[in-house]
Amino acid sequence: MKVQIDPERCQGHGRCYDLSPDLFTEDDEGYGQVAGDGVVPAGGERAARVAASNCPEKAIVLVEEA
Amino acid sequence: MTVDDRFVRDFREGQEEPLGTRNEIITGPVSDWATDFSHVEPEWAADPYPIQDDLRGRCPIAHTERFGGGWLPTRYEDVAAIAYDTEHFSSRAIIMSNYRPPRDIAPVGAVPPISSDPPFHHDARKLLLPAFTKKEVAKREEAARAFCHSLIDGFEGAEIVDAARDYAQHIPMRVMADMLGFPPEDGPRFREFVEHALEGVNLPPEQRVANMGELFDYLLEQIRDHVADPRDDLTTYLIDAELYGRKLEPSHVAGTMALLLIAGIDTTWSAIGASLWHLAKTPADRERLVAEPGLLPTAMEEFLRAYAPVTMARLVKDDMHWRGVDMKADDWVLLSFPAANRDPAQFDRADEVIIDREINRHAAFGLGIHRCVGSHLARMELRVALEVWLERVPVFGLADPSTVTWAPGQVRGPRTLSLRIG
Repeated sequence: MKVQIDPERCQGHGRCYDLSPDLFTEDDEGYGQVAGDGVVPAGGERAARVAASNCPEKAIVLVEEA
Repeated sequence: MTVDDRFVRDFREGQEEPLGTRNEIITGPVSDWATDFSHVEPEWAADPYPIQDDLRGRCPIAHTERFGGGWLPTRYEDVAAIAYDTEHFSSRAIIMSNYRPPRDIAPVGAVPPISSDPPFHHDARKLLLPAFTKKEVAKREEAARAFCHSLIDGFEGAEIVDAARDYAQHIPMRVMADMLGFPPEDGPRFREFVEHALEGVNLPPEQRVANMGELFDYLLEQIRDHVADPRDDLTTYLIDAELYGRKLEPSHVAGTMALLLIAGIDTTWSAIGASLWHLAKTPADRERLVAEPGLLPTAMEEFLRAYAPVTMARLVKDDMHWRGVDMKADDWVLLSFPAANRDPAQFDRADEVIIDREINRHAAFGLGIHRCVGSHLARMELRVALEVWLERVPVFGLADPSTVTWAPGQVRGPRTLSLRIG
């Protein structure tokens, strides 16, 4: 699984980096950033789903790999 | 280097009184909430949720002739659509009152960036964002925590305290005074400014103008003090800030300071108070949070959802048919994030407070480009205020539920909250 942030939707609420700081960070203006390459490590799927399901702007995209 | 003389003269001098539109002030009991709503009547202040739930079921976009005409959507999807639609809805006024500023005040508005429309909005907001990131506000946590402890130290020996007056209100007042570089002892004046701006919407226009004049007199005094003696705070930052290669207009500097002062205080004060009110009347939740402090971040989001303090307003730009109603140019829209947050179409068991609610896509800090710029600061203050309270005062309850009072208007929270702590 990979996480992505749609920069057109993100407004900097910061729920992703509050809830799942291993997967997301903030930039200098508070907008969410994917940490590293966005690949969710084994066992991190739940954290990715929690972040996505709490984003008020629905800006987080989960890409399930085949 | 040239001397900064922007604030030597009062920037309001020589400005014509803005024309705008005033309308008849209508007060008194509401006949039917679907056709005559008012967010400043006591029934709404005391408990708006049954009213909102009723409207969502029978008339999801309610109307009023008060305030010169306005609409109240109560479904999440409608509130979200309006928050995202800056093409049809303007932020040139965001407090629903009996006065509409003239159209040419857009896109800046009186208190940028909350009163600004695109494209100016983006640039004015960008100036503020770096000071309000989670990382930046974390630097204030230690001082906020020490201050909360000092407030509780002041309860020594008391059996009953007013958690709104003696605790909640002081925390954001102190934090905002520190951030803006204002004297901390001016807290009582801040309270007056907040009440004038947000609760006095049905006062006669002359009174409202005089009240806002007092706020801007105070801000100009602070600005001049900072021009003479620059400091590492937001006031000096705004005085020095540049947009489009120039220093900001004096009215922009003062307007943004007014916004930070008003919106930074009343909102967080309300969120802290409402959370303590809930815990005081719900012993099971209080006991669980004392036993499981790790649950607080999740519980806090639920308090923000269920008791969202802030409602915004918009003005309709042009006549249009919108989702079944005929909106007219300059009609108000009361953008109720609290109502959106209790829409059962968006939240399971929307009317229940569930402190371990895992999925909570609430809109307490707004949606879209006007997301509360201070949301990270508010969350830090709310968390620290509740952590310190629960650590120091783990057992408490309402002293007398009938004496709890709530602020009317667009920022709602307890203003009197007597708690038995001894």
